[in-house]
Amino acid sequence: MNISSFQQAIQTAIADHTPLQLIGGNSKKFYGREITGLPLHLAEYRGILSYEPSELMITARAGTPLQEIIATLANKNQCLAFEPPLFSETTTLGGIIACGFSGPARPYSGAARDFVLGVKCLNGKGEMLNFGGQVMKNVAGYDVSRLMVGALGTLGVLLEISCKVLPLPCETETIRLPITSESEALAIILKYTHANLPITASCFEGEGVYLRLAGANLSAVRKEITSDVYLEPQPGQQFWQQLRDQQLDFFQTNQAIWRLSVPATTPPLKLAGKTLIEWGGALRWLRSELSAQEIREVVTAVGGHAILFRGGNRQGEIFHPLPLNLETLHQRLKAQFDPHNILNRNKMYATW
Amino acid sequence: MRPDQHILQRLLDFLPSDCVLLSEESIRPYECDGLSAYTAKPAAVVLPNTQAQVQQVVSFCRHNKIPLVVRGAGTGLSGGALPHPDGILLSLAKFKRILSLDIDNRTARVEPGVRNLAISQAVAAHGLYYAPDPSSQIACTIGGNVAENSGGVHCLKYGLTVHNILAIKVLTMEGEFLTIGSEALDSPGYDLLALLTGSEGLLGIILEVTVKLLPKPEQAQVLLAAFDSILKAGQAVANIIAAGIIPAGLEMMDNLAIRAAEDFAKVGYPKDAEAILLCELDGNSEEVQQQLVHVQAILRLNGAISLRQSENEQQRLQFWAGRKNAFPAVGRLSPDYYCMDGTIPRKHLATVLEGIHELSVQYGLPVANVFHAGDGNLHPLILYDANKQGELHNAERLGGKILELCVQVGGTITGEHGVGMEKLDQMCVQFTSEELTQFHAVKAVFDPENLLNPGKAIPTLHRCAELGAMHVHQGQTRFPELERF
Repeated sequence: MNISSFQQAIQTAIADHTPLQLIGGNSKKFYGREITGLPLHLAEYRGILSYEPSELMITARAGTPLQEIIATLANKNQCLAFEPPLFSETTTLGGIIACGFSGPARPYSGAARDFVLGVKCLNGKGEMLNFGGQVMKNVAGYDVSRLMVGALGTLGVLLEISCKVLPLPCETETIRLPITSESEALAIILKYTHANLPITASCFEGEGVYLRLAGANLSAVRKEITSDVYLEPQPGQQFWQQLRDQQLDFFQTNQAIWRLSVPATTPPLKLAGKTLIEWGGALRWLRSELSAQEIREVVTAVGGHAILFRGGNRQGEIFHPLPLNLETLHQRLKAQFDPHNILNRNKMYATW
Repeated sequence: MRPDQHILQRLLDFLPSDCVLLSEESIRPYECDGLSAYTAKPAAVVLPNTQAQVQQVVSFCRHNKIPLVVRGAGTGLSGGALPHPDGILLSLAKFKRILSLDIDNRTARVEPGVRNLAISQAVAAHGLYYAPDPSSQIACTIGGNVAENSGGVHCLKYGLTVHNILAIKVLTMEGEFLTIGSEALDSPGYDLLALLTGSEGLLGIILEVTVKLLPKPEQAQVLLAAFDSILKAGQAVANIIAAGIIPAGLEMMDNLAIRAAEDFAKVGYPKDAEAILLCELDGNSEEVQQQLVHVQAILRLNGAISLRQSENEQQRLQFWAGRKNAFPAVGRLSPDYYCMDGTIPRKHLATVLEGIHELSVQYGLPVANVFHAGDGNLHPLILYDANKQGELHNAERLGGKILELCVQVGGTITGEHGVGMEKLDQMCVQFTSEELTQFHAVKAVFDPENLLNPGKAIPTLHRCAELGAMHVHQGQTRFPELERF
């Protein structure tokens, strides 16, 4: 597969009035609205194009397996600091960026969008466009490369992506505090956060609060937290990997899984179901039979939004409805990037 | 077309008289921003007190098809707040309230006219601060910082404005108030917060900003290393980063900049050095001490001819004072200076500095170089005398060539100052006509009548065609031997 074959597919789609479904590693098929359309397979357009550790930057084709990128970086003691989830070994860089997924480190190191420096993409007219670049600081033109992050392929087909990378921390520790109350867990996480400990991940799964601490030197931390709460390195790392990749028991269910994004200090939400907390309180996973409306009412009231992440009705409103004036802008943006509405039509919202 | 006085008088129908400036002498102070080589007198200047008044100004401009340019403190260096000669200049100077602090969530909601440094000062008692610190932070406002996606000397570790804000309230040219982002870490739909940040006042008027606050690091220390060649200093930077250390700040200055800064600020920079590096490390004290030892070893290994470590907070600030005052210091060497702002992949530093030197000789104008070395953002300062016939023009041409050189090695024409009015021609070099057309399409989404800060940031295709500039994307023209991707 090469770029001109993708361009050809877009031209054909325009001529036939048939939308395209963009498919990378197909590891996140569960996500977003269920759509129809001719599949455009992108995973074969792969390979790392440039990586120099001292430039803190990697450029790769969108179809490059995320696993390959993580391994290449780890080989030089570096990482994608937004800790993207690896839902399967086929997960691609392009898929992660298109979905805008970040892992447990997100509130502490930044989100996927924070690390994207530039993209090469095709818009819905099949034009090849470059935005951003391969350097850390770049304010030439609108920041279209970050706009593409989380746009679910509705604005363009990602071809190449440049990301900022960071060194892996020298030392990592995981502590586990046996706490079963949600409000107590939130309070403890806040307390530790305010103690200015080098926290790089946090989680409450119903039976304990987990905190990951990392840095160049953790001796000061070990003086402050001296009790027997430390996990051995191996189970510690495994916990965060399973949380990141949604392999913990919490995620093994046929129930709908909701992703609630709220201000970190929001008290426990009064929603029937089982909750797992991440991101210092800013991300609440909810397993629940409640209706979308019931959940969204509660989440909206605290200034957050709710995504039906897995399961449930995939033809319904997966993403939180937008206020009318923002919805108008979204539709116009979509029309300016993809005037024939052929790229992942209706993947995000039912009306466009 | 410049609006008639009788139309402008109607501004007084909805604005108090002390909020409208119409006379020539009252308007004059607004004729330029930090890029004083470009001036234009607007038809009127308005300084509203309330968001409702801003909305009325927008409605007035839309109704009468009058261009509108919004201005914060006017410290920008690319002419982004340069008035439109037929338009109204809207100053947000009166919007300087801190609306709320949320210490638990570590956020602050502020009006756009609040100064960058004032935010950090307001939360200092809680051990917090706002990280991006452009050199103009004493004066520049947060609204302008969002419009320009401002950086600073600490952005290698702490990011740019886009990484440090959570939400903005925006008024579009269509008169709609939008809330973009929230106190949560993400929002539904497209990342409009990223799109609006750095949009140079072309997409909307920023009326409120919610910023992230960070805890002040327990300790910060600066190393000052001198080198007898820029190459060695550049290699030291690469090796520090390859060793897995992300300094809080990592700055380089060349000999001309060192001499100017030392004469001006008297902070103890070695004037005979070809280059100095300032490397700040922060964190808890164990971490800082460990990294200091490591970085000192790397600096020595790469041939540092002298090496000093700040002994106390006062000395740390003193070491920085020279760097932060580098622009005014260079300004003393020459009647005028012109500050450029390209970013390059750091590995091409030697090639680019050599190229700048050649161009400097060719155009007969000295160039001092100040460099955010950690993230590759280069600020060549071109010295000239505006009173000498043709020198400004010459400086602009030299500056343009330097930026083209940055693009040729895979870099960009602006790292943090923005395109504004200044770098429109170089945009034609960096972007294809399809890309520029896509930018114009984005503009049309927010401002279909092209009334908000028109003519800035994105050149018309017509302009690029007339210029005859050749688009060079990581170009194959001048340095074919360089590795590209």
